[in-house]
Amino acid sequence: MNTADQYLRAIYLVQLRDQGSAATGKLADALGVSPASVNEMVGKLEADGLVEHEKYQGTTLTGEGKQRAREVLQTYCILERFLVNVLDVEAYREEATTLESVIDETVAERLDTIIDRPAECPECFDVEAGRCTYLEPPTAD
Amino acid sequence: MSLRGAVTSDHQLARLLQIGIVLEEVVEARAERHLETLMAEESDPHEAVVALLEEAAAESHEHRERLSELIDDLEADTVAYEEIEQLVRERYARTEPEDFDDLLYDQLCNEETAYKFYDDLIAAIEASNVEFSIDRSRLLQVLREIRSEEAEGVEDVTKVMEEYP
Repeated sequence: MNTADQYLRAIYLVQLRDQGSAATGKLADALGVSPASVNEMVGKLEADGLVEHEKYQGTTLTGEGKQRAREVLQTYCILERFLVNVLDVEAYREEATTLESVIDETVAERLDTIIDRPAECPECFDVEAGRCTYLEPPTAD
Repeated sequence: MSLRGAVTSDHQLARLLQIGIVLEEVVEARAERHLETLMAEESDPHEAVVALLEEAAAESHEHRERLSELIDDLEADTVAYEEIEQLVRERYARTEPEDFDDLLYDQLCNEETAYKFYDDLIAAIEASNVEFSIDRSRLLQVLREIRSEEAEGVEDVTKVMEEYP
C-alpha cells in the first residue's frame, strides 16, 4: 500500500464516521501527520481526480477516489478477518497494518476465498473499533 | 497496488511465510477439487490438463514443506499447519463446483497470485535491514527457487490454455 492509498482510506473512514467532508485536522489526527502534509497530499490527490477539496469545508472523495479507497479498505478487512478466522491472532489489527504494506490485493483476494466476509464490506467497518462490525475477535477487546 | 514495505521482524517474516503456506494449501485444494470434478464429468479428460493439475497439487505440497522448514528455524510462534489444512479443506468441501472459475483460468490465477506473493516477499526481505534468526541467503535462495517454479507454472498453464482453448 502506498501513501496515496493510505490517505484515500483515511478520507473514506473520516467521511464515513463524520457523514460529511473530511476536515484537514481530523485527517492529520487519523494519519498521525501534520496538517501541512495533509494539504500537500490532498493537492496531489485532487490533481489526480481522486478527491475534491473546498477551503474551510474539507475533502471529499470523487467516485474514482471512493472506489479506490473501498478496495484498499477491503484488502485490510480481508487481512484482519484472515488473521482472526484462520490464524487466531489476538493482535490482528496491528498485524494487519504491518502486513498490508507487503500483501498485494490480488493475494488478499485469494485469502478471501477461505473466509466469510460480509457482503456489505467495507460499509460495515467500525471506524472507532478499527475493525469490521461483525468480526468476532479471538479475545475480548 | 505494489508492495512497498519491508519485513521488520522474525515474527512478521514467520507470519508471511505462514500466509505462503495457506496460499499453497489453497492452490493444492483447488487443483484437487478441479481434478475430482474433471474425472467425474469427463470420460476422457485431456492428459495434459490432468497432468497439469496433478503437478500443481504436488508442487504446492512441496512448497509448503519448504516454507514450513523455514518457519521451524525462526524464533516465532505460529499456528500448527494441520489446523490450517483442516480449515482450508473444510472450506473447499463446502464449495460447489459451479462456484469455481473455469478450471484453467483458475489455475492460471493460482500460479500468478503465488508468483506475485513470492516476488513481493522477496522484495520486502531485500528491503529490510533486520537480522533474522534464519540465514538470509538461504531464506532468499529458497524463496527465489519457489518463485521461479511459480513462473514456470504460469508458462505451463498458458501453454495448455493455448492447446485446449
